[in-house]
Amino acid sequence: MSAVNLKINGREHSLDLDPATPLLYVLSDDLGLSGPKFGCGLGQCGACTVIVKGQAIRSCITPVRAVAGSEITTLEGLGTIDKPHPIQRAFIEEQAAQCGFCLNGVILTAKAYLDKNPKATGEEIRQALSNVLCRCFTNVRMLRAIERYRQEVAR
Amino acid sequence: MNRRMTREASNALQRAGFSRRDFLKSSGALIVGFTAGGGLERTAEAQFGIAPIGGSPPAGQLDSWIAVAADGSITAYSGKEELGQGISMAQTQLVAEELSVPIERVTLIYCDTALTPDQSYTSGSQSHPTNFNHSNLAQAGATARQALLRLASDRLGASAEQLIARDGVIRTKNDPTRQVTYGELVGGKKFTLALDPKAPRKPPAEWTVLGKPVPQRDLPALVTGKFEFVHNVRVPGMLHGRVVRPPSVGATVMSVDESSVNDVPGLVKVVVRKNFVGVVAEKPWQAIQAANKMKVQWTAGTGLPSQADFYNYVRKQPSRDNLLVDSKDVDQKLAQAATLLKATYHHPYQMHGSMGSSCAVADVQGEKATIWSATQGVWYQKTTSAMLLGLKPENVRVIFRRGSGCYGLNGADTVTYDAALLSQAVAKPVRVQLTRKEEMAWENYGNAFVIDLRAGLDAQGNIIAWDHEAWTAAYGNRPGANMPGNVITGLLAGFQPDAFTPQAAAAPRRYNNNSNGIPSYFSGCVGGACGGTGTIKSERALVHNVRSPFWTGPLRSPARLQNTFAHESFMDELAARVKADPVEYRLRHLSHERLSEVVKAAAKAANWTARPAPAPRKAGVVSGRGIACVAYEGDNGYSALVAEVEVNQDTGRVSVRRFVCAADCGPISNPDGLRNQMEGGALQGMSRALGEEVTWDDQKVTSVDWRTYRTLPLGFDVPKIDSVLLNRPDEEATGAGELSITVVAAAIGNAIFDATGARLRQVPFTPERVKAALAARG
Repeated sequence: MSAVNLKINGREHSLDLDPATPLLYVLSDDLGLSGPKFGCGLGQCGACTVIVKGQAIRSCITPVRAVAGSEITTLEGLGTIDKPHPIQRAFIEEQAAQCGFCLNGVILTAKAYLDKNPKATGEEIRQALSNVLCRCFTNVRMLRAIERYRQEVAR
Repeated sequence: MNRRMTREASNALQRAGFSRRDFLKSSGALIVGFTAGGGLERTAEAQFGIAPIGGSPPAGQLDSWIAVAADGSITAYSGKEELGQGISMAQTQLVAEELSVPIERVTLIYCDTALTPDQSYTSGSQSHPTNFNHSNLAQAGATARQALLRLASDRLGASAEQLIARDGVIRTKNDPTRQVTYGELVGGKKFTLALDPKAPRKPPAEWTVLGKPVPQRDLPALVTGKFEFVHNVRVPGMLHGRVVRPPSVGATVMSVDESSVNDVPGLVKVVVRKNFVGVVAEKPWQAIQAANKMKVQWTAGTGLPSQADFYNYVRKQPSRDNLLVDSKDVDQKLAQAATLLKATYHHPYQMHGSMGSSCAVADVQGEKATIWSATQGVWYQKTTSAMLLGLKPENVRVIFRRGSGCYGLNGADTVTYDAALLSQAVAKPVRVQLTRKEEMAWENYGNAFVIDLRAGLDAQGNIIAWDHEAWTAAYGNRPGANMPGNVITGLLAGFQPDAFTPQAAAAPRRYNNNSNGIPSYFSGCVGGACGGTGTIKSERALVHNVRSPFWTGPLRSPARLQNTFAHESFMDELAARVKADPVEYRLRHLSHERLSEVVKAAAKAANWTARPAPAPRKAGVVSGRGIACVAYEGDNGYSALVAEVEVNQDTGRVSVRRFVCAADCGPISNPDGLRNQMEGGALQGMSRALGEEVTWDDQKVTSVDWRTYRTLPLGFDVPKIDSVLLNRPDEEATGAGELSITVVAAAIGNAIFDATGARLRQVPFTPERVKAALAARG
């Protein structure tokens, strides 16, 4: 056990834990966040995604020590139910969910990519999402929501 | 026991000013001046042949379904849960419609054994027919409106015919100032009324809420990470468990070396019960380390049949046979036919492969247990958990919390048993989430199928006889009321799955096409009555059920998808043989108007031009179109789908460019929700048709993650999807969530044939199999 300092959604946290603990468990169990989720624990599906230094990373395979001190953004950090972030709003407008379990990975992966690549083509966006799963296969609506957000970023 | 409820549930109850259980028990009743009898034809008993379990509010009583608070807000209670299929909004619309209140005023609470009526499983495309026709939730709404009008009639001194209900207020038609609100009439009090089967439903022509696209109420919470999945349930004092599953199929515990995990920080307990092994620790990471480190000696497994030869293996197993239809002249007619065609189709085991591995939280304290589970059947989870824990069922409360989309029997039930066993061992609340491998290696897969089809044609190319003979492998199932051994944890803890006894087929008694084992083109004549949807009189459908080496259970469109793949591919082969257009040939052999109409609607929307398949042969990348249709479960919804594909004949890669899906599920409750199901079903069906297959070696399953079990990712080249929704306001509501997925594999296979002349008879259509079929064309 050792002290680890984390900055999550703009708030500082000091925690005493095994620094090898994957970030996901710290977020969902020590800090009680419900955005990032355990899907596979192997970095294959995207459910656990968080944004660190503008990059979407897989928190299920990232030891917490690797992100100590860095600004970490989870899905909760984008917007709220009353004031959703534009990408969250786009998903509501397109009604782009079924069970909703994958939304965390889909939204954060798309956001991190589009914020850096606002002029991305549809093909490039699909490429960026080639490692993200939605097993309800809400692809049509999700890709539409992502395109809606891209247009907003590109403006 | 009542420690935790959903936020919306407790808010609704608070608003209403009473506790739900007290409310249902209380005798301080408001008496409404008439009563009526049952008429609940879609009860659990009727649906599944299982008597409802005691303890839940009685389904025949209005108060079990609907409560009106003093402020006029409505709380509805349903036994059909939201799994991501959209039924919660449709049910909310239904209640708002029947009670003539804005949808915002209705809160829906579903699937809590202490609060909601027992409606058995949420499965089998049954929620829409069960709750939207003439019983259950729909009839509760109609009964409540009738009762409110009766009460208002007394209060306002006007006959019910002179009254109009709108926005929760009842007024007299000729003097709108004479009015009374629902809250004033019954707020906070009971109706004490049986559901009235004669209470009139609001006619679809008057609908203002039902039939309109309504957004999903949960979505703002979902997109902002605020939604509470079962994975997010946290209970004070909760510990974290992990299980240790056998390394191979059939292996049993020889010894567990508890000392091997002594040094893991935070370890609370090692739990062993027969072959069930698990650990409990203070934190999840500690539990994971303990489970990984624990030394368990297992016996050798029982071994598995070779995957390469599996379909032959299945044919040779002892079987329990089921004859669905038999005109007894099939062999004779086939022998007389001008043309005889035969083909065999193979469908693999496929998995639910939920995106989030399954999770549950259980709090077992002495004689009582509270369980948060994503099970599709809280009442059966209650009785089977009670068996596992040695508790009285009435002392077990199961509360549904949404899991990751399940598409049928995923790991939700088994992980609930895991959590319950571990919690009981430590007398504290325990959360368990399976690893990806535990989820995928031990879930109850969708059944593998081998299907032999033979058909005889007359000189004009019409089908005069058709024989269907199938083999399917099954083991375990949903636990039902008393079979916890139907999933892995129950077996490990000492319970047995459904017994398997080989048995010859009995003569069919009545037409039942629940599994779609009878092709749509059969007249389906049994016992003098013809229930089929087609014209073929010489007909036989025989199914051999054999024991599976793997766990099996319902996977979205169970058996129906596999059978439809075979039937609709074969129909295409027959049409091609006589050089008929595939649409025309189908219509020629269908007798059912609604099924014919979806075929025509899909063809029309796809700009289908009549010609036989295949198209003239070309080299390189070629394109084609294919169609397939189904009367789901014989009579529970109708769909047809046109697929347009491109096939790269050098690589064997298939790209779907467009789907056109036509569906008829009776009156449409929420068109946007239906479209969402059509689109998701089409793409999930495409993933299953093109890549998904459970694999194994001689000891164990080897498709245990997303590298070894191939699913299409979010970013694949998604086809354009056009949904054609045929609204039938005057028909009964049917299922909708399995309509598109059932017909995808055949439509794609038929399109590949149209493009190339190569026939794919084995799912999935991997590039290797496509290339093999291309090579076999000659």
